[in-house]
Amino acid sequence: MLKIKDLHANIKGKEILKGINLEINAGEVHAIMGPNGSGKSTLAAVLAGREIFEVTHGEILFNGKNLLELSPENRSREGLFLGFQYPIEIPGVSMVNFMKAAVNEQRKYRGLEPIAPSDFLKLMREKKELVEIDSALTNRSVNEGFSGGEKKKNEIFQMAMLEPKLAILDETDSGLDIDALRIVANGVNKLKRPDNASIVITHYQRLLDYIVPDYVHILYNGKIVKSAGKELALELEEKGYDWIKNGE
Amino acid sequence: MSKTTNISIKEELVDLYLSNLDLITDNSTPTLNRGRQSAIENFNLLGLPDAKNERYKYSKIEPLFTQDLEKYFAPKDITFKIDDIFRCDIPEIGTDLALVLNGFYLPKGDKLTKLDNGLIYGSLAEASIKYPEIVSKHYNSIADNVGEGLVALNTAFVQDGVFIYVPKGVEMNRPLQIINLLMSDENLLVQYRNLIILEESSSASVVVCDHSLSSQKFLSNVVTEIVAKPNSKLELVKMQNEHNDSTQLSHVYIHQQKDSKVTTNTISLHGGFIRNNLNVLLDDAGCENSSYGLYLMDRNQHIDNYSFIDHAKPHCTSNELFKGILDEQATGAFNGRILVRRDAQQTQAFQANNNLLLTADAKMNTKPQLEIYADDVKCSHGATVGQLDLEAKFYMQTRGIGEKEAMLLLMIGFAHDVVKKITIEPLRERIDELVNKRLRGELSRCHNCPMHCC
Repeated sequence: MLKIKDLHANIKGKEILKGINLEINAGEVHAIMGPNGSGKSTLAAVLAGREIFEVTHGEILFNGKNLLELSPENRSREGLFLGFQYPIEIPGVSMVNFMKAAVNEQRKYRGLEPIAPSDFLKLMREKKELVEIDSALTNRSVNEGFSGGEKKKNEIFQMAMLEPKLAILDETDSGLDIDALRIVANGVNKLKRPDNASIVITHYQRLLDYIVPDYVHILYNGKIVKSAGKELALELEEKGYDWIKNGE
Repeated sequence: MSKTTNISIKEELVDLYLSNLDLITDNSTPTLNRGRQSAIENFNLLGLPDAKNERYKYSKIEPLFTQDLEKYFAPKDITFKIDDIFRCDIPEIGTDLALVLNGFYLPKGDKLTKLDNGLIYGSLAEASIKYPEIVSKHYNSIADNVGEGLVALNTAFVQDGVFIYVPKGVEMNRPLQIINLLMSDENLLVQYRNLIILEESSSASVVVCDHSLSSQKFLSNVVTEIVAKPNSKLELVKMQNEHNDSTQLSHVYIHQQKDSKVTTNTISLHGGFIRNNLNVLLDDAGCENSSYGLYLMDRNQHIDNYSFIDHAKPHCTSNELFKGILDEQATGAFNGRILVRRDAQQTQAFQANNNLLLTADAKMNTKPQLEIYADDVKCSHGATVGQLDLEAKFYMQTRGIGEKEAMLLLMIGFAHDVVKKITIEPLRERIDELVNKRLRGELSRCHNCPMHCC
């Protein structure tokens, strides 16, 4: 589904990603861990198409398409989803209008008619239940005045609405209390299907108690320095990142 | 150099007045004639606002009057049935509709309509004959003929306009709609006058729509006087949608008495040059004033909103929110003056002006101006000029929303802050829709109107 080959990326001339190689197949959950400043969020941003990062080398294939040639909106329409570490507040734009625009633009890309209003409301209701998001939140402006936990739940709600092929969740666990964490993780687990995949970026092992990864990668200094099964997360939890930093 | 022009334009206008004096007064009524002499004298002293006038720093008025403009002192015969060619874009929000054509009330039947509940609306000239005591008591009572040359000019030339009278205790539960139409086969100067009186404990909502129906150049210099008596309540929504070769100079004067509540919402969609002066006097305790404005400008449009909220008495509240989006080479100005007089303790006055500039050529000048002479008050102001939030745009793009659509949603959201203040629900929905269309570039004209005037 996703093939990243020797990816290098800069911000303002400073190299952050220094040769990432990663392959993700349908049905898999990958966790990317690593200390602060290792390039985790940069990788997520580059995948989503944020312009401030300049890709200097390498390629990314997403279901056979050259991802780097696609605009952020077309990446989304192709089935890529980024759950933001810090979701953006959009005053004045209601959740309903925002989601309706998103769903319809996705449908248009696939040659489908806009969704019927009644079907849309039904879809909203179903997905709200799925991620246990408060109904009142979807009556408000996008993320405006939401608590940290509500914002993260809203990310999962959007993911549920759009049903992406590949979801990248950037530090979705940061700032969550244990109940919110469980709700978010449950949402992700419920959305898991054999034909989709996810990348869970996290700093702590805690989230991985709820979302069990097939693979764990450790990103350090712009490179994946270690990949293994879920047991790697436990090892990290035990030893911290120092043994990675000190080059084993 | 500009001084010379000013003198000549001023003299021209004064000459126009003097040489047509018989025509002007013969076609009018004693009540309206009474103020003319001193008004033209004032105008002769004041002239048109020039570059030295701080309040008009960003809007040059003189050149507007140098265009070749026809003036009429009686309604010109225009041979069409207005209903055949015009249906307003905000239909059916109320059944009471007043039409004004080129500044003259256009009666469907009688020149004055009296509703069952006692509310009277119609031609100001007619009202000044039929209800001279009401009109003469309030007409020209609050408009500033001494400090504002354009108002003095209006008072000197005025022939007609709209009169609305809400008797004591009457509560209008549906809005009254005034549609100002401009239509002519020659360039035109129109100067009309509106008078709205709310007696004690009455309430009303009024929607004013300004349209142009032909492509000629129009210059409207309009004065509206609003008297809100104790415990009365008014919501006034003004929609400016004239073509981009037209100029509107609007002067609204509001006199609020004890515990009255007045809300104005000015939505400027089209119009080449718009200057809105809003003057509010909070003249007794317990008054509440809300002044909102939204302007969506592109091409070479120019918008200038000036407001003056005079907190003359204690325990009053004022709220101001003006927001605008300027695209292409559009220019704009906002000047919000709030005066809290020494006795106006416990005043609460809030003001905000937020602007989005979509291009490097668009320009906005904004100036909050608070003068506070009381010591126990709560006041705030804030002005911003910025661009669309790129983070929000990117966020939307990652959900599959295209860049253009994302920007539109952001702009619509920005504008909605003002539109949502409108309490008349069907009207709010219609305005939302018009704003949406305007931002999408689909509102080249009101879509119900077969005339292609803007």
